[in-house]
Amino acid sequence: MAINKVYPDAVTALAGVIRDGITIMAGGFGLCGIPTALIEAIRLSGAKDLTVVSNNAGIDDAGLGVLLQTRQIRKMISSYVGENATFARQYLAGELEIEFNPQGTLAERIRAGGAGVPAFFTKTGVGTQIAEGKEVREFDGQSYVMERGLWADLAIVHAWKGDTEGNLVYRKTARNFNPIMATAATVTVAEVEELVEPGTIDPDHIITPGIFVKRIVKLGSVEKRIEQRTVRKRAA
Amino acid sequence: MAWTRDQMAARAAQEIEDGFYVNLGIGIPTLVANFIPDGITVQLHSENGMLGMGPFPWEGEEDPDLINAGKQTVTELPTTSFFDSSASFAMVRGGHIDISILGALQVAENGDLANWMIPGKMVKGMGGAMDLVAGVRRVVVLMEHTAGGKPKLLSACTLPLTGKAVVDMVVTDLGVFAIDRKKGGVTLVETAPGVSVDDIRAATEAAFAISPALKHGTSLASV
Repeated sequence: MAINKVYPDAVTALAGVIRDGITIMAGGFGLCGIPTALIEAIRLSGAKDLTVVSNNAGIDDAGLGVLLQTRQIRKMISSYVGENATFARQYLAGELEIEFNPQGTLAERIRAGGAGVPAFFTKTGVGTQIAEGKEVREFDGQSYVMERGLWADLAIVHAWKGDTEGNLVYRKTARNFNPIMATAATVTVAEVEELVEPGTIDPDHIITPGIFVKRIVKLGSVEKRIEQRTVRKRAA
Repeated sequence: MAWTRDQMAARAAQEIEDGFYVNLGIGIPTLVANFIPDGITVQLHSENGMLGMGPFPWEGEEDPDLINAGKQTVTELPTTSFFDSSASFAMVRGGHIDISILGALQVAENGDLANWMIPGKMVKGMGGAMDLVAGVRRVVVLMEHTAGGKPKLLSACTLPLTGKAVVDMVVTDLGVFAIDRKKGGVTLVETAPGVSVDDIRAATEAAFAISPALKHGTSLASV
């Protein structure tokens, strides 16, 4: 009998993992592909002093914004925090720390961490504030700055389909940071819109192999919000 | 008469060649997509993990799982592919994207670019801008020539940098400038209609040469 990775709900799926002071990676770009149910489960856990690695910080009442409102986050590692009044207020009051990473550097730090690579050199940020205090080395006549791989205690990701082995498939641009974060944590918990039996997903189509996923939870209702609704008007 | 925002976007679009993979920044650069010359085919890259970005969806067909880097709803094309954020920036950092057209707060005559923070103001982050300017083969800045009457094309940037010696060309409402980012140095290559070289000098802090092939008063179709 294989280990059962399937948990009945998001709160149960975080049991024994979520605690004060841990580092969490949270997938998503803006509100697209964010693990909404798992973020809510973190809120309900009351865990505080969290360091959260996520490209963005949600908006005031959605995504990671929920955990900012409850003051559970002490530090964010992000590339862009956008229009979030709660974030701005806490940051300006000195209650919240932010470490900005260029988006590609953030993605590569996560990929490297998950792949067992402790550091790498990139040309992104050379000659800017981002390179201050970091080793800069020349390769083939060009300067590169050293960046460290990232690892988290917990990664929470959102996938479209998953099977009970933990193999995951994502949908359109909701993929973003989810697959790389799934590789870079001690425990990765995936929420899926659809949970199927092994063999249902074509193995050629699997994006995240189950080895990276410790726990999986099927979502009941799936609420997805659009941050910037932009449309073309149909001719009358 | 200076160029309008649409005309600036149309001028920048002339830098795009057939078969290019293109990344457009937020703001005026987004308008460039409307002016891609007839007869050429390009694929638009969106840093959140999409190549082959289509237009905004028809009303009622928005998909929350299908957005661009500005978090706006977009659509797929037959050429579209999706990928994760590290693959997206492998394309950027690895030099696979042919051109990036983006906005700026300041550009210096050595090609330095500042576009991500103003000290003392709330900092929102650089997003993918530092990766784009470091990795994309050709970087074109699209910006108003001045801000509040102050020049933005400077001898040296005073704001924190996004990238050092990264800008190849600047298109403003007054004209077009080529920058030699290897050796440094700005050359005025084109002026907007009714804008004189003296007008440009008065609005520019950076030293610039004048191209022997300077084009005067290029007229661009407005929309």
